[in-house]
Amino acid sequence: MDFTPHTDADVTTMLNRIGLETVDDLFAHLPARVRVVGDLDLPDGISEPELMASIKALADQNDELICFAGGGNYDHYLPPTVRSLNLRSEFVTSYTPYQPEVSQGVLQALFEFQSMVCTITGMDVSNASVYDGAGAAIEAVNVAIAATRRDTVWVSAAVAPQTRQTISTFAHARGITLIEHPVVDGLTEWQPEAAGPPAAVVFAQPNYLGVIESYEAAVGIAQTQGALAIVAVDPMTLGVLRRPGDAGVDIAIAEGQPLGGPLTFGGPGVGLFAVSEKLTRRLPGRLVGTTTDDRGRLAYVLTLRAREQDIRREKASSNICTNQSLNAVGVAMQLAWLGPDGLVEVGRLSAQKARYMAARLSSIEGVRIAVPAAYVREFAVALPVAPSVVIEAMARRGFLAGIDLTIDYPNLGNAMLIALTEKRSKDEIDAYVDALEEVIANA
Amino acid sequence: MPRPGGSAASSPLVGGSEEPTLMEMSVAGRRSWSLPPLDVPEVDLALPEQAESALPLPEVSEHDLVMHYTRLSHRNFSVDLGAYPLGSCTMKYNPKICDWAAEYPGFRDLHPATPESSSQGALAVLVEAERFLCEITGMDRATFQPPAGASGELTGLLIMRAYHEDKGEHRTKILIPDAAHGTNPASVTLGGYETVEVPSNSRGMVDVDALRALLDDQVAGLMITNPNTLGLFEADIIEVADAVHEAGGLVYYDGANLNAIMGIAKPGMMGFDIVHSNLHKTFATPHGGGGPGAGPVAVHDHLVAFLPGPLPEVGPDGVFRWVMPEKSIGRVHGKHGNFGVVLRALTYMKALGGDGLRRVSEMAVLNARYLEELIRGPYDLPYEAPCMHEFVASAKTLKRDTGTRAMDIVKALMDEGFHAPTVYFPLIVEEALMIEPTETQSLQTMDALAEALLAIAATAGTDPDALHAAPVRTPVGRPDEASAARHLRVSWRDDDD
Repeated sequence: MDFTPHTDADVTTMLNRIGLETVDDLFAHLPARVRVVGDLDLPDGISEPELMASIKALADQNDELICFAGGGNYDHYLPPTVRSLNLRSEFVTSYTPYQPEVSQGVLQALFEFQSMVCTITGMDVSNASVYDGAGAAIEAVNVAIAATRRDTVWVSAAVAPQTRQTISTFAHARGITLIEHPVVDGLTEWQPEAAGPPAAVVFAQPNYLGVIESYEAAVGIAQTQGALAIVAVDPMTLGVLRRPGDAGVDIAIAEGQPLGGPLTFGGPGVGLFAVSEKLTRRLPGRLVGTTTDDRGRLAYVLTLRAREQDIRREKASSNICTNQSLNAVGVAMQLAWLGPDGLVEVGRLSAQKARYMAARLSSIEGVRIAVPAAYVREFAVALPVAPSVVIEAMARRGFLAGIDLTIDYPNLGNAMLIALTEKRSKDEIDAYVDALEEVIANA
Repeated sequence: MPRPGGSAASSPLVGGSEEPTLMEMSVAGRRSWSLPPLDVPEVDLALPEQAESALPLPEVSEHDLVMHYTRLSHRNFSVDLGAYPLGSCTMKYNPKICDWAAEYPGFRDLHPATPESSSQGALAVLVEAERFLCEITGMDRATFQPPAGASGELTGLLIMRAYHEDKGEHRTKILIPDAAHGTNPASVTLGGYETVEVPSNSRGMVDVDALRALLDDQVAGLMITNPNTLGLFEADIIEVADAVHEAGGLVYYDGANLNAIMGIAKPGMMGFDIVHSNLHKTFATPHGGGGPGAGPVAVHDHLVAFLPGPLPEVGPDGVFRWVMPEKSIGRVHGKHGNFGVVLRALTYMKALGGDGLRRVSEMAVLNARYLEELIRGPYDLPYEAPCMHEFVASAKTLKRDTGTRAMDIVKALMDEGFHAPTVYFPLIVEEALMIEPTETQSLQTMDALAEALLAIAATAGTDPDALHAAPVRTPVGRPDEASAARHLRVSWRDDDD
């Protein structure tokens, strides 16, 4: 395929105008030592039908499994209405809205996104998105470091392992010390005597094991320590759980993929990032505000730009530039599609199905709920055989059974994390339970 | 009469009256959602930390929702509407076939925790994309975890840090040219380093003598773009890289401008140790109004052990597996990076193949050189070296003679149906207009763009006030940005009316 419009005659016309004879003359000033000799060692280009066949062949090497895995990415219902609007090419093929006169569509959509993120989190101010849930955690830690001028951060061991690992990668370079607080019976046991005082207390609600943490305990310890309380929430539980903003949290973050985004192997997702008002000027990334144009009309613009890397350069507290605008617009579309009752219904259906499934699983001999604590839609089960074996065997029966917890939470034994959404039907759950019974019996 | 050749140069946006927000459209009791009834026995959930009431999200019908976003889309310029010569952003056409690939259910519905045995196709995509990228850049291995260019920069800096620490060295400084993107110095700070600026010489290139004077045993590395931010190929790049290496530092390639050299020259042959690419620039994945992007980082063999992990690898048995590099800096993304973006980029690279990718760079440079030639005269061209895929013009003389600034010019250009070039960047050029046509625009569009720029320059001499007032044919005119920051309103509240 070739997406360049130049005919041979066009090329000749253009070369004549700039006084060159051949296309290669365009590069005559490059040092010979850096020039590619001959062709790139790559396959030749192919036609569109051949390309489609080759992409299909790759996709066919993936198994289409009924998804019972979560851990931050969830298989929720994504309506064609939302997807087709999100993929309108005016949203897909525009750049960051630096020129507001021709970018009112994206700017207003992001302003509405910010508004709805404030609504569901109960926080005062939301930015226009960051990369993903883990990226949001890094940015939140950076805000806390800058706001408190401290360099220790307390993190619950029940924050997603991959998020903790990602924070750790970036913390090392800046000399930030991370102190993990243990999980006991599914809940974070905050250690007030740990080294500090910390810049932030980071936890998840529900936590990685699906368990509902105590806001009072986490926010309380943050306040006692003069630290910022940072919580990573599962946005699909905000219709049924208390909002972080109502619980005194300073920064609420989330992986927003379940709202209006497909799974796509975990990316692109979108990081939601909302703060209490006092932290407004420390927000990373883009922020959309309103003003009027030169004729007095309402206009949306990127605002508080002086915080950002292209202006503050080495003094900026974040380097984020391109982020996840398109996904953020999808989040807003999905929230508007759900409305107040839909968000509650998603939370309710997911939670009810989780209870049903947990009860069914508990009836299998040797299987029990691994953590005796209240959960919403995700929970850990202890199995009589290694979860890795179960996950492989269940995949052959058409199920993505869950996430293996044995490496990250060895104390839980042969534990596996299972997530439910409103999409999982009773029939699918029953079939899963039957299959698991068979797998365990054969193991 | 419409211009020939699909130049799309007429104000394509629908102005009309402003669109209310979804919150203002909301009517209690309306809804779009549709979900199946509960099919399991209901139990009392008795949740701790339970919500007290439903949240005040907008309540709209499905048709309201569709009309709202369709109307918003009509108020937004895009590559699919017209030419978008935004310098350093590579706003080329984003082929629809790549969107099709990313929406293909076998990829779209794949959970990141899917075991290796059930996600062989996804791992194969990453491995094949890595092969293309490494051949194009002349590197050995790559990671696709960084979700954007700035994230790739920071990843590269962390690799530098790990490399030096592994040798028992603790270096503190990173050199960057004064024309660098703002993300470079910001990433340097987050990488725990101090930024030292390298001046450009009068030819718009890195001043090699000044660079040598800055090199010492505290320099961890140099970050540089080539072609540089002025659109010029750094003639002394090998000398520059050698000097940094002699001082024990590493050389980092910011791939913002890779679109100029595919199949022509390789960063790996210029002496670079670490290379990031912006898939959302060079490899035609859409910008999405500000993301998602992807900023894969490629390295030479001596740095492979430090790459973020896990990395996908194919064994002699043809089976793909995740492997953690021996001295990995760790994860830089919670999952596998922006996989959907990588898949689009692979689709694009497979479509074009080696020859097609080379033609991309050839036509990108041809367009820039041609356009530069057409506007020479009324616009200053401060550097003599031939430009690559983009060029930086200056409105310095126009400003002096007519009071017309670069900002006035680009706003007037919007009235002609073009997106604005990048303005006031790089900082070292006064009244800078950074213009990158990309290879997917035609000769006719170049002619139309030049004609518009020349007409604007002529108007500057006769009626500069008309340019100060531009744009007038867009959905809104110039906004009062100072007021937006002073009276901060960043979310809708129901006491707003």
